[in-house]
Amino acid sequence: MKTGGNRMNKFDKLVTNAAGRIVPTIINGKPAIPYMGVGKYKPEGFRAAPKIATCADYPADGNKVVTDLKEALLKAGLRDGITISTHHHFRNGDLVATRIFDIANELGIKDLVWYPSASFPCHEPMTKYLEDGTINRIEGSMNGALGRFTSEGKMKGLGVLRSHGGRYQAVQDGEVHIDIAVIAAPTADSFGDANGVNGPAACGPLGFALADSQYADRVIVVTDNLVPFPCLPWQINGNYVDYVVVMDQIGIPEKIVSGTTEITKSPDRLLLAEWSAKFCDEAGLIYDGFSFQAGAGGTALSIGIYFSEILRERKWKARFARGGSNKYLVQMLEEGLVEYILDGQTFDLQGVRSMRENPHHTWTSPFTSYNYHGKGNFSSMVDIVILGATEVDVNFNANVVTHSDGYLLHGIGGWQNTLFGKCVILPIPLFRDRMPVIRDQVTTICGPGELIDVIVTERGIAINPLRTDLIEKMKNSSLPIKTIEELKAEGEKICGIPAKPKFTDEVVAVVKWVDGTVLDSVWRVRS
Amino acid sequence: MGAIATTGNKGKGVRSDCSVTLELTDQGGIQLQVTSKVAVMYGDTIRKETLEILNFFGIKNARITLEDSGSLSLVLAARLEAAIKKLIPGERNWLPAMLEENRYTTAKDRNRFSRLYLPGNSPGLMINAGIHKPDGIILDLEDAVAPDKKDEARFLVRNALCGLDFYGAERMVRINQGERGIEDLEYIIPYNVNLVLLPKCEKPEQLQAVNDRIRKIQQKHNQSNPVWIMPIIESALGVINAYPIASCSGNIVALAIGLEDYTADLGTKRTPEGTESFFARSMIVNAARAAGIQPIDSVFSDVGDMEGLRQNVLRSKALGFDGMGCIHPRQIVVIHETFAPAPDEIEKARKIVFAFYKAQEQGLGVVALGTKMIDPPVVKRALNTINLALKMNKLDENWRESYEQI
Repeated sequence: MKTGGNRMNKFDKLVTNAAGRIVPTIINGKPAIPYMGVGKYKPEGFRAAPKIATCADYPADGNKVVTDLKEALLKAGLRDGITISTHHHFRNGDLVATRIFDIANELGIKDLVWYPSASFPCHEPMTKYLEDGTINRIEGSMNGALGRFTSEGKMKGLGVLRSHGGRYQAVQDGEVHIDIAVIAAPTADSFGDANGVNGPAACGPLGFALADSQYADRVIVVTDNLVPFPCLPWQINGNYVDYVVVMDQIGIPEKIVSGTTEITKSPDRLLLAEWSAKFCDEAGLIYDGFSFQAGAGGTALSIGIYFSEILRERKWKARFARGGSNKYLVQMLEEGLVEYILDGQTFDLQGVRSMRENPHHTWTSPFTSYNYHGKGNFSSMVDIVILGATEVDVNFNANVVTHSDGYLLHGIGGWQNTLFGKCVILPIPLFRDRMPVIRDQVTTICGPGELIDVIVTERGIAINPLRTDLIEKMKNSSLPIKTIEELKAEGEKICGIPAKPKFTDEVVAVVKWVDGTVLDSVWRVRS
Repeated sequence: MGAIATTGNKGKGVRSDCSVTLELTDQGGIQLQVTSKVAVMYGDTIRKETLEILNFFGIKNARITLEDSGSLSLVLAARLEAAIKKLIPGERNWLPAMLEENRYTTAKDRNRFSRLYLPGNSPGLMINAGIHKPDGIILDLEDAVAPDKKDEARFLVRNALCGLDFYGAERMVRINQGERGIEDLEYIIPYNVNLVLLPKCEKPEQLQAVNDRIRKIQQKHNQSNPVWIMPIIESALGVINAYPIASCSGNIVALAIGLEDYTADLGTKRTPEGTESFFARSMIVNAARAAGIQPIDSVFSDVGDMEGLRQNVLRSKALGFDGMGCIHPRQIVVIHETFAPAPDEIEKARKIVFAFYKAQEQGLGVVALGTKMIDPPVVKRALNTINLALKMNKLDENWRESYEQI
């Protein structure tokens, strides 16, 4: 066992886990359990519980509006070392999260833990608060500039990367205790009931904030569209809420519904989408009443187009699509090609409109979709799951958080959780510029290979040897079925064999598995 | 201060390329500065290969800056060699290994429905071109390359012919007009180019010059593989001379028309209906058919309009063309699907060909379908349709057996 104790318990007691990865068993001073395998870790006992509240402590007229965010944070007990949670419903148009830490910085507060459901480029200003000690660490996702900052060993505490489901799990089993949850809500009433389907910053569901509303010590709802009670639908119940704050603007609409959710025009990516859909069809994964995971990436969107063609031609319907919605999925719903959308995150205004108006388009949360501590969840019920990855290895393990140069650049999102679908397909290019995507070993494991079934590249398709059923079905396929080793060799023949990144022996972040165990470490990049 | 050469592309949106700045110096050895998007994975490889190439060309003192956006080795090598030869011209070449899978030849009468144009100085577009399965890829040294980039494009195209796999597509290069075009041949003929496109062709003599140089280069390299020629007719004079051009040499396999330049030459504009080019297109079809080669239509330039493209292909096919150019990979499938025989055409052809075989078996001189007599040219066309359908997997190779049972 190696120790890193001189780093003030940032990480300590390294062991090798069941994925063969070296991980700390002390993280930010607290014990952590190494990954044991898929479905192996089954904690006992009781869930964490929020404090008992008494309604007599709250205004009888239901009006919880306070002057501003600063007052709400002070009333909620803002102080050194606490955990503050935010959510990414506004994606790159979020104006609230940074504001919280501006206030904390003005007040000289130190060592906060930021617990976002995801971070975006608009959160780059947080680096200055990480540098000056206002924020100790991020537990959530570290994208772009924040990831680079983390990889260079500049974050004081150890970063923790969790999936959307893992975030819910960590709150439910007490691994993370949220002191203050700040929920930015496009519409709310003075009691704290809130939704995301109405108002200038309309974003769709507010599911990522559900656990926070139920478990945090104090809950603040921030809105720029206060309506008289009752605010319907109430995706967040005011009964969980302590304070309501009205701001001029909480989100930038055009960045909330980002233009990135368009069908790809890249011929190479369209080919990946076409082959993925063809694979699903030939393998018999598409049938009348099937279900699929809907993603936001250009390739995933295009696959929807190919699915539509198949469904239309055979007069079939998908029973449900789960995941993120946008105009393309809404078109499928309205054309009758999909019967229900179970929406976790809405990517454009067509999606928001549909959720507001169409009873067949409903919001979900990480609890219903992904939670490890639920009595089942939706993710394992989905027939076809199409995802991306930065790297895959010959054992089908995949990486979504770091790049081949070792830098942390992305969060996990719902990626780990959706791996539990019945057939998981990764359409990815064999190489990006000169970077081969299939490696001996991924830089960071985010998903164990046993859950990843098919890799679709523009030069061939590899089926996980564990899926003998799929291999059998595709025996006479017109598609170029190859082994993953063949694909790797083909990529390296074109690009050459890449060197591995050089790291120090310092862990800068860990990747949690969906059950809260430690799947892998992210190491400091040697400059 | 010595002379400075720069090659390659850089900047926003440039991928898989490398910009090289080379300055020869008198002393100080090799000073190499590399910035690369893939520095962690390939930084050492890039340095090593650069030094090898400099050494090969005998360069001992130089300042070199590489700004790399993820170029493959063969691209980096082309950029370096182009920079070096700008400063010290010479005969020696630094060649990437010729891939075994690139040594194929092509048949004179193979399908040429689609040929995908690839700008000869844009490596990012070449690397994956073959996966879209065009019948041919064209590495373009002519109009798709800026005039000041034409020299360096030659090295890139040469290296691509050696080291990039186009997965069975016919390997074509469009050379420049005039003397530059003849010089271009030196960079492509030894590297198993299957077909040379000759732009702005107006007279048979132009072909003569090209063929003379090809023969010379092949003799020098001791090669005898076929190199086909596809002249492109792009002017009124070319249209008038279409038949003499099409029939002047045995290695001419197709005659293409380029409508942008042709309509400019006529002093008119291209319209979607194409009335202005009807005569020229018909001339090309007739000249090609008279010479026993394939008539090939111009490109359709709106890459977003797939329905417009389909209509265009239908018109082409109706005029008698056997294929057309494309400028975006997504056009390929539309072109193939539309040029391919339609299901009702195949069904009709099946009946005719089946009746023809029956008549042969029974020793009858006349083919009849029901009470209707079938003329020999109709049988011939039906046989062509069946062959094409077989080639394109539109018809099972055992179709006669299944037909027998009906």
